[in-house]
Amino acid sequence: MKLRHLMLGAAAAFALAPVAAMAERGSDGQLNIIYWQAPSTLNPYLSGGTKEVESASLVLESMARFDSDGNLVPFMAEDIPTVENGGVAEDLTSITWTLREGLLWSDGTAVTANDAVFTWQYCTHPEGGCAQASYFDGVESVEALDDRTVRVNFAAPKPFPYTAFVGSESPIIQAAQFADCLGAAAPECTEANFGPIGTGPFVVEEFRPNDVITFVANENYRNPDQPAFARVVFKGGGDAASAARSVLETGEFDYAWNLQIDPTLLAEMESNGIGTVVTAFGTSVERLHLNQFNPDPALGDARSTAEGGPHPFLTNPIIGQAMSMAIDRALLVEIGYGAGGQPTCNVLPAPALYASTANDGCLTQDIAGANALLDEAGIVDSDGDGVREYEGIPLRVLYQTSTNAVRQDTQALIKQWWAEIGIDAELRNIDASVFFGGDPASPDTFQKFYADIEMYTNNFAGVDPEAYMANWRCNEIPGPDTQWQGSNIQRFCSEEYDALVTEMSQTAPLEERGRLAREMNDMLMQSYSIIPLIHRGGVSAHANSLGGVRMSDWDSELWNIAEWYRIDE
Amino acid sequence: MTDLTTLEAETYQKPRNQWWDVWDQFKTHKGALIGAAFFIFVLIFVFLGPIFWTLDAQYIDIRARSQGPSWAHPMGTDQLGRDTLSRIMVGGQTSLLVGLTAMLLALIVGTLVGVLAGYFKRLDGILMRLTDLFLALPLLPLLLVIIMLFRDTLRAQFGPEKGIFILIVFVIGITSWMQTARIVRGDVLALKEREFVLAARSIGTPPYRMITRHVLPNVLSPIMVSATLGIANAIITESALSFLGLGFPSDFPTWGRLLFDGTDWLQRNPERVIWPGLAISLTVLSVNYIGDGLRDALDPRIRGR
Repeated sequence: MKLRHLMLGAAAAFALAPVAAMAERGSDGQLNIIYWQAPSTLNPYLSGGTKEVESASLVLESMARFDSDGNLVPFMAEDIPTVENGGVAEDLTSITWTLREGLLWSDGTAVTANDAVFTWQYCTHPEGGCAQASYFDGVESVEALDDRTVRVNFAAPKPFPYTAFVGSESPIIQAAQFADCLGAAAPECTEANFGPIGTGPFVVEEFRPNDVITFVANENYRNPDQPAFARVVFKGGGDAASAARSVLETGEFDYAWNLQIDPTLLAEMESNGIGTVVTAFGTSVERLHLNQFNPDPALGDARSTAEGGPHPFLTNPIIGQAMSMAIDRALLVEIGYGAGGQPTCNVLPAPALYASTANDGCLTQDIAGANALLDEAGIVDSDGDGVREYEGIPLRVLYQTSTNAVRQDTQALIKQWWAEIGIDAELRNIDASVFFGGDPASPDTFQKFYADIEMYTNNFAGVDPEAYMANWRCNEIPGPDTQWQGSNIQRFCSEEYDALVTEMSQTAPLEERGRLAREMNDMLMQSYSIIPLIHRGGVSAHANSLGGVRMSDWDSELWNIAEWYRIDE
Repeated sequence: MTDLTTLEAETYQKPRNQWWDVWDQFKTHKGALIGAAFFIFVLIFVFLGPIFWTLDAQYIDIRARSQGPSWAHPMGTDQLGRDTLSRIMVGGQTSLLVGLTAMLLALIVGTLVGVLAGYFKRLDGILMRLTDLFLALPLLPLLLVIIMLFRDTLRAQFGPEKGIFILIVFVIGITSWMQTARIVRGDVLALKEREFVLAARSIGTPPYRMITRHVLPNVLSPIMVSATLGIANAIITESALSFLGLGFPSDFPTWGRLLFDGTDWLQRNPERVIWPGLAISLTVLSVNYIGDGLRDALDPRIRGR
């Protein structure tokens, strides 16, 4: 503890910050952050990784960010444009942002509308592989109306226009710095990519790829009292358990990110009283996908494709329903997630407007009911081996997921519950880098789905579910002809569903969009091709002496780092 | 005719006498005796234990999770409330079976290659280059490819657990015979120049007889030693495979998997690592001691001293 105080003092002195009253820029010394995956660049347009995006969010900002409740907060912009205040066109084909007056880059030059136009050109350059290109989907052009006004024009009406320049994944970069880095030259601009000039509360002092970043307070930050910290040391590397220890047990660091470890162990570390575990819920849902196509290995390359035909029994919603009823979600949360999870019956659990309540019956486990349901449907065990048969085919499933202690525990529990309703599961776990690797040559990717059931987590960025719900259209089914790209992993296909997707893309009023999203969610749930298990939150920890943390799962966890401060002990 | 019968009777008599000699020598090696006793104890424990300790190794009793030792669970339970004692027993069956079978496979292949290469000069070049080739193969990518190619076929043929068992035994066997082959070849080369081999050859003994009667019994001791080391190696490789998620299904206990699952709980429930760790290391140690004793006992020059 003493050493830390000394170090903080030294850091404060080094930054020549006047050591005076609170709420003054740089008065609180050094902030230590640990991300157990190390950032490899500070340009979020060149890497979609969370670690890069969040570390860059200290420096680069966008027009607006999402706060911890998913609301938009203006950052570089003066206010949030809406149809009411005239910022969004009546026909939903454009949105006009106005930059704050007197906004400066950290090098002292003024931010102009041209920087935003340049950012759009940078990310949509045909030769550049922009990682965040989806934020500019449907954007026809971006124009500078004057020095402070930017208009984003859409090719078609865009009911939710807060994509380009919103959130830490599509920040505005300085045109002067990146002018020579367009297209294929983008990755070669090492200096710019490792030390981007931004408008955020901190400036890069030193960047060591895959190791440590040091930031110092931005002298030109728009709020003269912020940030409270003079320096930030952003350390990368290690693993989740040791990162948790460094904040909760030893106090070396002030903030640790993404602590996916057993809740019992985490609670034990927290009981030391040095730090606090914080969670934020976004849209992540741990779910089971029930393959609607036949994954029989005898089919060879045709398995899990339309050519291989429908699954022999998982296409029957009654079996899926019984499987869902047999699961005790509250227990799964208790064993594997603790405060970082909540039982859910929806694949779209948030924001509140879009969350359906029609399926909440699944929250209580009902093994007797599941057995009765199967008996009633005539799916019984006719040969006495403890496994039910459907039209002569025994209900034996191969159940795969990625290798992770929590997931293997979940698998074991679910297997036992299914055994109680006469469904036999064989478990398989695959290394996460292979499972999520997307290599079209590997048979073990989650897209190929050479199994009956698989389990993983997915979510969507931002607060609008339109693109996410469009994942389950028929033409999103992965297959050999699309190099196994596509998000409709369980191979669900319904014309009615596709019609709802189209309807949503043409509907603007929020209420109406909420109804459509709920309807789509319910249609998926009642097909029992997806069984949602747990609404997962991000889990991080911060030292008790660190104030102002408002963790958000809708945006960078560090979105309001300018407001963080040291609580005097 | 009479001559032949007496000769046959003599040869049948001799090995029996020889094995008694071996046993007498083996008895004098204290470590080997203790090792053998312990190994037999482990075998009885894992194969006959489940008859008396009837808790199901895969049954989840969520109310009894992460418990310390008690009368109901002498070795405690894991984070899902599965009984550690029965998991150690069932896990041991798999680990030992994998170890023994893989060792046997490696031994047969290794000895065959070694003897052929050492005895027949024409085969030497090809077989030894093949051995070098196998030694140079990177183990992990090879395992990945083999498992990817054959997993589904074997699973369909033999069921998930037996299919994986065959695959793992095969994979471990096929990647650990090379040392045996090299040692055996070296010994055979030296033996070939000895007078008794020359004598046997001069009376027209055919190569097959030569190998079985004169060469093999004399290279038995290095084979035995590499066999014991092979068991240990196979148990450890199986653990490594389970660790990578390439082995048996995750709810199917083996010693390696129990150890791997326990590492996260090292601080809270250290016994979860200690029990499987002890089982692996003591078994490997006992097998090594047996090997040590066997080597001494099988070497006629040491025997009787």
